[in-house]
Amino acid sequence: MSGEREVVIAGSADVVGVRQLVRSVAVEIGLSLVDQTKIVTAASELARNALVYGGGGDVRIEIVTNGPRRGLKLIFTDEGPGIPDIEQALTDGWTTGGGMGLGLGGSRRLVDEFDLVSEPGKGTTVTVTKWSR
Amino acid sequence: MSVHADVARRRIEELLRTHEERIVRRWAEIASAPSEELKELYRALLAALEEGKNDLADVRGLLAELSRSRARAGFAPSDTARAVFGLKEAVYEIVEADTEGVEAARGFVWFSRLIDDLGLFTFETYAEARERIILDQAEQLLELSTPVVKLWEGIVAVPLVGTLDSARTQVVMEKLLQTLVETGAEHAVIDITGVPAVDTQVAQHLLKTVVAARLMGAECVISGIRPQIAHTIVTLGIEFGDIVTKASLADALAHAFKRAGIEVSGGGNARVVIRAERV
Amino acid sequence: MQRVPILKLGDVLIVSIQIDLEDQSVLALQEDLADAVVQHGAKGVIIDITAVEIVDSFIGRMLATIASMCGMLDAQTVVVGMRPAVAITLVELGLSLGGVRTALNLEKGVALLDHIRSATP
Repeated sequence: MSGEREVVIAGSADVVGVRQLVRSVAVEIGLSLVDQTKIVTAASELARNALVYGGGGDVRIEIVTNGPRRGLKLIFTDEGPGIPDIEQALTDGWTTGGGMGLGLGGSRRLVDEFDLVSEPGKGTTVTVTKWSR
Repeated sequence: MSVHADVARRRIEELLRTHEERIVRRWAEIASAPSEELKELYRALLAALEEGKNDLADVRGLLAELSRSRARAGFAPSDTARAVFGLKEAVYEIVEADTEGVEAARGFVWFSRLIDDLGLFTFETYAEARERIILDQAEQLLELSTPVVKLWEGIVAVPLVGTLDSARTQVVMEKLLQTLVETGAEHAVIDITGVPAVDTQVAQHLLKTVVAARLMGAECVISGIRPQIAHTIVTLGIEFGDIVTKASLADALAHAFKRAGIEVSGGGNARVVIRAERV
Repeated sequence: MQRVPILKLGDVLIVSIQIDLEDQSVLALQEDLADAVVQHGAKGVIIDITAVEIVDSFIGRMLATIASMCGMLDAQTVVVGMRPAVAITLVELGLSLGGVRTALNLEKGVALLDHIRSATP
């Protein structure tokens, strides 16, 4: 695969699809097994978030480079209600969806770069990057 | 101004073409490099200028090649850069002898800047090559320094020696967990006798490994905690919780024996009794 | 949606997850297992995740839920075969699966169940 890919997240089967696609790209850019597992797990959390809290959305998968290192960049976008208090949403144990509240904060710990932009009423965009070691 | 610059530039290009043989010969003298190599480089440079697009990709490619081969031959990067800068001197002699006005002198300033860039580029190439070697070596070192040894049936140990950084600790820990799967060992000892210092990050990695091993169904003991390391850990406020720590590898082994239901009776002829049942 | 099959061996139920788990499959498995424990009067449940490549917070929560649910139905649960990369990721994610017993492989899982039952008659 080269360049970018975009996948729609509209149902729980799509969450599995995102996992599989992220895994194949992670293998392609040579991430270690542990790093593959981390980014796939983060992708699974964020895809489910977009589905459950954002009412569906999409993810763009990009391969990025920084000198000799290659990275995997995932951009999750939804047009849901947005997050009023981002600081709080990143705290472990905080949830509105009846989960464990580890989705956002947990996925932040699994990646190298994490960026969250959200506006109440307009939706949420989460961008994460994992670099090869 | 730009018209002037253009005229000046064209004059230099003209001189470069007309006096090619002489310049290359002189350049080879100054740089004390084989003129064949320099000639190829010179041709590429002329071609790039002729297209007028300042597309120096070919020139850079050749320079990178030159820089690498000279690095292998033991030249310092400054030697290589100096060899490239030598072209300025060779060209300057031609410019000085040029009788057609000041255009050539003006153009030389532009040309000089171009060569400076190319010289610096050889430096970058050199640094990059070095960086790659260092990366490769670091990787090899990581692989070298991670032995996981079997102490007994069902008991493995990682004797850590030397300074631990995050990357190394991670590799060691992954290897330990992998060994647990492969050997089916349910007890592991992480011995840090040979580690001079433990900082917060390394302590975190150790803790995470113990928790990860538990998730997989194995128990880890950390041994070889020297007094000053115990002091640092307490001072840093790192919680070891219910993780078992022992002063020496022997104590840790004794603990693992006990957990695995293996009995050791001491004395001159130490005897090991293995009970069939688990306790 | 794919369903995960539940196997019965004596009074132990064995679940080996071989598919990429969809959230619905996870929820269905929870219900199916509770039903099966009651139906067979099972005393132990072994969940084999050797083939599972990732465990996110949803799947992690399922494992914890199954363990406490089966505990209430008087069956002990052991999760076996977690891969190192999965374990490392779970720790980083902040999930410690408190209350879930684990073993390195199926064989050790069976031994652990025997051990627990001999200790608590």
